[in-house]
Amino acid sequence: MIGGTIAVYRRELSGYFATPVAFVFIVIFLLLTGIFTFYVGGFFERGQADLKPFFMFHPWLYLLLMPAIAMRLWAEERKTGSIELLLTLPVRLWEVVLGKFLAAWSFTAIALALTFPLWLTVSYLGQPDQGVIVAGYLGSLLMAGGYLAICACLSAVTSNQVIAFVLGVIVCLMFTVSGTPIVLDLITAWAPQSLVDTIASFSFLGRFGAIVDGVVDLRDLVYFASLIAFWLFANAVAVDLRKAG
Amino acid sequence: MAMIEIEKLVRRFGSFTAVDGVSFTVERGTVLGFLGPNGAGKSTTMKMITGFLAPTAGRVVVEGFDLADSPVEAKRRIGYLPEGAPAYAEMTPRAFLDFVADVRQLKGDDRRRLLDQAIARVDIGPVLEQPIDTLSKGFKRRVGLAQAILHDPDVLILDEPTDGLDPNQKHAVRTLIKEMAASKAIIISTHILEEVEAVCNRSLIIARGRVLSEGGPLPNGAGWRFGEHEAAPDRLDAVFRRITTGKTESQEKAA
Ligand SMILES: Nc1ncnc2c1ncn2[C@@H]1O[C@H](COP(=O)(O)OP(=O)(O)O)[C@@H](O)[C@H]1O
Ligand SMILES: [Mg+2]
Repeated sequence: MIGGTIAVYRRELSGYFATPVAFVFIVIFLLLTGIFTFYVGGFFERGQADLKPFFMFHPWLYLLLMPAIAMRLWAEERKTGSIELLLTLPVRLWEVVLGKFLAAWSFTAIALALTFPLWLTVSYLGQPDQGVIVAGYLGSLLMAGGYLAICACLSAVTSNQVIAFVLGVIVCLMFTVSGTPIVLDLITAWAPQSLVDTIASFSFLGRFGAIVDGVVDLRDLVYFASLIAFWLFANAVAVDLRKAG
Repeated sequence: MAMIEIEKLVRRFGSFTAVDGVSFTVERGTVLGFLGPNGAGKSTTMKMITGFLAPTAGRVVVEGFDLADSPVEAKRRIGYLPEGAPAYAEMTPRAFLDFVADVRQLKGDDRRRLLDQAIARVDIGPVLEQPIDTLSKGFKRRVGLAQAILHDPDVLILDEPTDGLDPNQKHAVRTLIKEMAASKAIIISTHILEEVEAVCNRSLIIARGRVLSEGGPLPNGAGWRFGEHEAAPDRLDAVFRRITTGKTESQEKAA
């Protein structure tokens, strides 16, 4: 019974390309990665053949771009009433949730894949560790999936895309920075160590940083995968609860 | 076996009861009209029959499939036109119907035949490649209808199918419903009395979430009967007012 997922996936993915928004988005993504990598990250000045300056900024880019990609997934359906049509077709809710998420994720994968000239450049200029770069790309995609799952769920709690976007940025920000010293210092003062550790363990930055350094720990992969599963489940619950109003 | 069985259906929104214990059955060949003022609970009842909203209490059975236990099986047998005929605005009718055909798992020759048939029945051939949001209201409604009848379902639920259409478009939609009537069980909702006379062979008057009266046409086109009330052709309005407001004609005149 995956037919419903495939149908929804195809519709959503072609929906991204139905308007110029997709191309604008991809151009913005490529421009920003370029600017971050070359100007802020000092790609050439570092004199090292790797893509670390490129990957380093992905969490911050995704923080704004993933809510933008996911905000319409459910809010739009609610606003136009097409959700009533969609959910009275003979599909299970989880098939629809999965199809929409996979479409947004694929769109992100396409944008990410289009950064390949950077990879070619760094391979031409030096002898980068290709394994580390592959890990970086896969880690980045996995992290993007985490952001998207969060934002897809939040898109289901409102029929207003702008609200969905703002909620997405806020929650993604919490997951991004939860392991940074700023946040941890704030809570260490009063919270028990176990809570501090838990909050730190949610951090996208820490886990993604390790992957970009070439340290692929199975626990980090499991973390992102279960995070995605959890938020997709929450997505289905949110759709079900908020269908009526 | 009745095609649609509704048993003591209730739906609350918070403390407000929108549908309050509605029961009825619909057989093949019936075009049942939900007649009622705005806010009567017609749409809410339809949303529960089509599986969009879960009932607070009660049961919906479509061709033997309980919607609570086998929602996908039940939904396969239903075609639904939601109020206002929502669709995906940026898609063309062709792409939209293809999507619905995909979700409904229509394949091969069957799929082609059903798509052609639905497109021909609602006559949207000329606008198939135009984005839906550029279409006129009449065409949008027809696209919604095409989607509802695409899989040639046994059960059709149409929420205000002619609302906002011009007289010619209304006539076309009513003709279509009558053409399909013999082989299906159809429910349409409306607050237009003439529509009931034009297409229905049975009708429920609904107000404040309850079925107040059930009626059908008298023999030889002599009008309609609702309980003890009889109405001459084109004179349903007085009966409708009396049943929904509970006032007699003399009370109305006095008021
Ligand atoms: N999601 C909802 N939340 C709260 N009240 C609702 C909701 N949907 C419908 N209602 C209320 O239920 C009543 C019946 O609505 P509806 O079924 O749409 O009526 P009809 O289709 O007969 O005009 C109305 O008073 C409406 O305001
Ligand atoms: Mg209504």
